[in-house]
Amino acid sequence: MTASSEFDLECEAVSKSFGPVRAVDEVSVKIPSGSFFSILGPSGCGKTTLMRMIAGFEDPSSGDIRIKGRSVVDVPPNKRNVKMVFQHLALFPMMNVYENIAYGLRCNGVGKAEIGRRVTDVLERIALPDVGERQIHQLSGGQKQRIAIARCMVLDPDVLLLDEPLGALDLKLREAMKIELKLLQHQFNTTFVYITHDQSEALVMSDRVAVMNNGRFEQIGTPQELYHRPASAFVAGFVGDANRWSGRVVEVSNPHARIETSAGLSALCALGNGQKLRPGDRVEVFVRPEFIRAERLNGAPTPDGNGLTGTVDSLLFNGANSRVLVRSKNAELIEADVTLTGGADDLKPGEAVRLSWSPEQAKCFAAEAATA
Amino acid sequence: MRQSDFRRLSLILLFAPFALWILLLIVLPHIGMGVLALREKVAPRVYEFGFGNFLEFMHEPIYWNTLIRTGSMSLLVTALALLIGFPIAYYIAKIAGPRSRGALFLVCLIPLWVSDLIRAFGWILLLRETGVISSALQAAGLIDAPVELLYNDATVVIGLVYTVILFMIVPLVSTLDGMDNAMIEAGYNLGGNGFTVLRRIIIPYAMPGIVAGCIIVFMLTAGSYLTPILLGGKYSSWFTETIYQQFITRYNWEGGAAFGFLLLAFTSAVVWIGLKLSRQTLAGTVAKS
Repeated sequence: MTASSEFDLECEAVSKSFGPVRAVDEVSVKIPSGSFFSILGPSGCGKTTLMRMIAGFEDPSSGDIRIKGRSVVDVPPNKRNVKMVFQHLALFPMMNVYENIAYGLRCNGVGKAEIGRRVTDVLERIALPDVGERQIHQLSGGQKQRIAIARCMVLDPDVLLLDEPLGALDLKLREAMKIELKLLQHQFNTTFVYITHDQSEALVMSDRVAVMNNGRFEQIGTPQELYHRPASAFVAGFVGDANRWSGRVVEVSNPHARIETSAGLSALCALGNGQKLRPGDRVEVFVRPEFIRAERLNGAPTPDGNGLTGTVDSLLFNGANSRVLVRSKNAELIEADVTLTGGADDLKPGEAVRLSWSPEQAKCFAAEAATA
Repeated sequence: MRQSDFRRLSLILLFAPFALWILLLIVLPHIGMGVLALREKVAPRVYEFGFGNFLEFMHEPIYWNTLIRTGSMSLLVTALALLIGFPIAYYIAKIAGPRSRGALFLVCLIPLWVSDLIRAFGWILLLRETGVISSALQAAGLIDAPVELLYNDATVVIGLVYTVILFMIVPLVSTLDGMDNAMIEAGYNLGGNGFTVLRRIIIPYAMPGIVAGCIIVFMLTAGSYLTPILLGGKYSSWFTETIYQQFITRYNWEGGAAFGFLLLAFTSAVVWIGLKLSRQTLAGTVAKS
């Protein structure tokens, strides 16, 4: 194996402009073989355009796309070994399941007996062995999903692109399909590139995630890196939930900085990755709810670190992910994770509480000119 | 008045004009025609019940030759209208931008604002011996003597295609419009070339629209009178002309009525065969578009 074909898909400074609008701006990424890679970003960030360029439906304005080390910029879409699962799946309603899967094989001139064998094989692998004769409208949402993936996987692609395929499913099925997709990816051992605006889909399934905003990749990393060590204010705000305060740097003492928020709270924060701040800079501070401890005020000595007191405004009960909404003295609302057991010990609205968090868990970033 | 009575009354009021139309203009004339067609003239003002009028059609080759000729030329017109109409419909539904789509559709509709008669005269002005095309060719020195471009089969076919093509385009645009572009892209993505995508995906998807357009166009063409007569002259041998002659020239209403039923039976049979061959149903095609 040559050095370059360790990567199934490489993008090098790929850009795409529509008139004056730069939809994709100098995106470079190398996706290792056999990994589950997600591109996460808000709608309109250019992720679909990027995917359509990889599939060949759009030509990049500049840059190079390589599949298995070979440039495909001049290869038409039907000659690229990159298959795509469309947002609304685009199964062919006038064909039955068998014909849908056989379509690609027929296009490649595979023999009839071989087609039958491979279709049966792929239907078994997606655990739907008996649906070959069914019409598309007779399938459930989850089955359609799997057929759409099987239709691509039967062609043994180098890369499988998935364009928000779970968007149309209801919540319960979406949760189940997340796990199923991950298992299918392991089973086929093919590189999956998954596009989504749903951060939980990206975090749960992916080996690596690229966060995209305004046509650029803000950060590429494992889900844990993105969550715990975001590289920019956008990533910190977009991936996972966070309390977000804007404020000003009072003093810097690496690796911490003392911040005074616009609401008057003074807190010690960790500098975000690669941030160089000077006193007086405008910053944004992010603290995730699960790192904030909420305790009833009981006169015990105040622990070290950051903290403030307030009253419980309301409880947001959601099973294991329950939260408490605390109104601080300067009328700010802060979310903190709590365990609500249903016992008498639970926090109740109106109670005075103390919130505290360690400086390591408060990340500050230089404020962006235009906050997303 | 109770709600259910009110709803029943409004339904009756809305339905009445339609029922009257069907009854007075479709059902009643056909019963009358049926009675006429089954009356055999045995002597002046003496009639008997019998199938003589239909047997006359069988015995006279010129009648069924005319019917076969009308049928085959109508099929040719239908095929040409499909061949020309499909790319136009595809362009309007899939390639044109959302703004130009409406304009293009309107352009297609404009000829409908002018009556068939005027449009046929338009063709006559262009194609007659002293017409625009003949004069232009003479002026350009391409021909020496004036040419008569009217009164031949090609002219009749062209004129008919022009008259009916709109009825092919409208159902095609509406079916193609409902097709997700991703389906075409998926066709390419899975390895199909342009021809495969057209043959295996676009045409099967548009089949209900194609069949609906073909049925409408075929029925309109086979039943048309004005265009074949004006552009084909006395050699057009269109079956509607034969029916007209029976009624008006020969004052043989019995024969005309029988021929009318024969034309209806013939076109219905062709449509039925077409539906069977394309594995479509009337409900899934014409009723939908």
